[in-house]
Amino acid sequence: MSKVRWNVGDFVFKHLTMLFAFGVLSLVFLMGYEMYAGSALTITKFGWNFLATSTWDPVQDEYGALPLIFGTLLSSFLALLLALPLSIGVAIFLSELAPRWLERPFSFLVELLAAIPSIVYGLWGIFVLVPWLRQSIQPWLASHFSSLPFFKGPAYGFGMLAAALILAVMVLPIIASISRDVLQAIPNLQREAALGLGATRWESTKIILSTAKSGILGATLLGLGRAVGETMAVTMVIGNRSEISASLFSPGYSMASVIANEFAEATSKMYTSALIEVAFVLFVLTIVLNALARLIVWSVTRRFKTT
Amino acid sequence: MTTNEKLYFFWRKTKNNAMLVFSMACLLVAVTPLVLIFSYTLLQGISALNLDFFIQMPKPVGETGGGMANAIVGTGILIGLGALIGLPVGIMAGIYLAEYGDNPFAAATRFLADVLSGIPSIVVGVVAYIIVVLPMKHFSAFAGGVALAILMIPTVTRTTEEMIRLVPQSYREAGLAIGIPRWKTTLRIILPTALKGITTGILLAIARAAGETAPLLFTALGNRFWSTAIDQPIGSLTVFIYDYSKAPFEDWIRQAWGAAFVLIALIFILSVIFRIVTRSRYAEH
Repeated sequence: MSKVRWNVGDFVFKHLTMLFAFGVLSLVFLMGYEMYAGSALTITKFGWNFLATSTWDPVQDEYGALPLIFGTLLSSFLALLLALPLSIGVAIFLSELAPRWLERPFSFLVELLAAIPSIVYGLWGIFVLVPWLRQSIQPWLASHFSSLPFFKGPAYGFGMLAAALILAVMVLPIIASISRDVLQAIPNLQREAALGLGATRWESTKIILSTAKSGILGATLLGLGRAVGETMAVTMVIGNRSEISASLFSPGYSMASVIANEFAEATSKMYTSALIEVAFVLFVLTIVLNALARLIVWSVTRRFKTT
Repeated sequence: MTTNEKLYFFWRKTKNNAMLVFSMACLLVAVTPLVLIFSYTLLQGISALNLDFFIQMPKPVGETGGGMANAIVGTGILIGLGALIGLPVGIMAGIYLAEYGDNPFAAATRFLADVLSGIPSIVVGVVAYIIVVLPMKHFSAFAGGVALAILMIPTVTRTTEEMIRLVPQSYREAGLAIGIPRWKTTLRIILPTALKGITTGILLAIARAAGETAPLLFTALGNRFWSTAIDQPIGSLTVFIYDYSKAPFEDWIRQAWGAAFVLIALIFILSVIFRIVTRSRYAEH
């Protein structure tokens, strides 16, 4: 028999599994649609102003998400500022400089720590980080950098600073482990070429880094996506007040934490719709970040897989 | 070598060593808070656990003692529901991606599954609220299960795919060569071979789902009383941790740490098993 035999079982099985794959694919679109439809009330009433005004007043049914977006972006940005240099350092060490026997256990440790539930980070934040900030760090910052607008006001402990710190701790393992993967995907030929020309370990690492730049950017975006969507740990330490303030000591709010705090208690239709719209904004934001990051990481690792 | 060259050489070597020390310092600084969190939770958690924690119901507000029996069962029911809904979808989609996944549609699915895994769990909770709680008109364990299912699907899909891909091509060829149809080859030869990896991957996804709080807050809601009904609100370990962490009672906070310890222990044991199983797979081939 030279022709491929057509088999009923094969046909059914292939298309059955395909149906489920299609289910996974359409899930993303379904989620987007449901949230868009669910927030129709506030979308028609406030339009783009929803994103640009800063009154969040359930009693008057006035909703502006600007302080929430500000809080999410600021806390995530600060977290990246702290975590990024450290993660790159960790990735360089694990992939370029560390002896082989050290890499395995540390990679394993980093992976395990990435799996701790965020509620546990939050618990630690409330009972260890916040008291520590209130008693030692914030008074010290206030007395040494009193001229800066960032360290003004009473030291509650709870607030933007606590949120940024806990986020930094949480995204660090993610950025570090993906950056390490990116560095390891680069062929050894490049290292050997550099070392063969008499470069030191660090000089060869610099060359590797310039090749891995876009991959590390992808890892950073993935970390940012995680930070932006992080809910419990942030809700527990950020202070939960819908305000925009330059001071990192003052309490803030984030998109995820407003949903976590208020959704179950939202009474009016408009209130629920406003919260769903916040979720929708968060959804779009994380989709864009993740899609961008995956594309970058994919293209980098694929480029080197063939060589 | 002139003195200048020697100096330059020395400078380069110094810089090299300095960067080595610097990157080691990065590792130390990065790992310290994580180790602190981990060890602090273990210490607080172990001293908080006793038999009561596992078999007693929560005591009324203000009384000390009691446990989280209902929350432990609740978490079990929630992840059970999540697995029941999410696993078939994830596994079937994973089989498709691994066995027939050489086309643009599969590439798009793979990509969106990865993107899906990056969507915040709170957003998934909102979606579960819209599609389950709103039509049913009240909070329920089922809604929580749907949320957890959506969270499990991308991980299960990708793990299943990766584990099936690890099965050598020759197994497939052997099956087809003796005239077994492709679907039977997949189900009777490929899947059993990949089963160990898939199972542990699934367990890991379930353990992660057990650690989720945000999507349960307004789907399963939480419940201080004994309930196993699927259409009623149900308590879970994570929501108990959240509620107790805000409470002014020493004893509740103690129990919150206990629950945190139980969660971490669960996730860590499964992660280690996953690591061991997948490593031996890699080693075989």
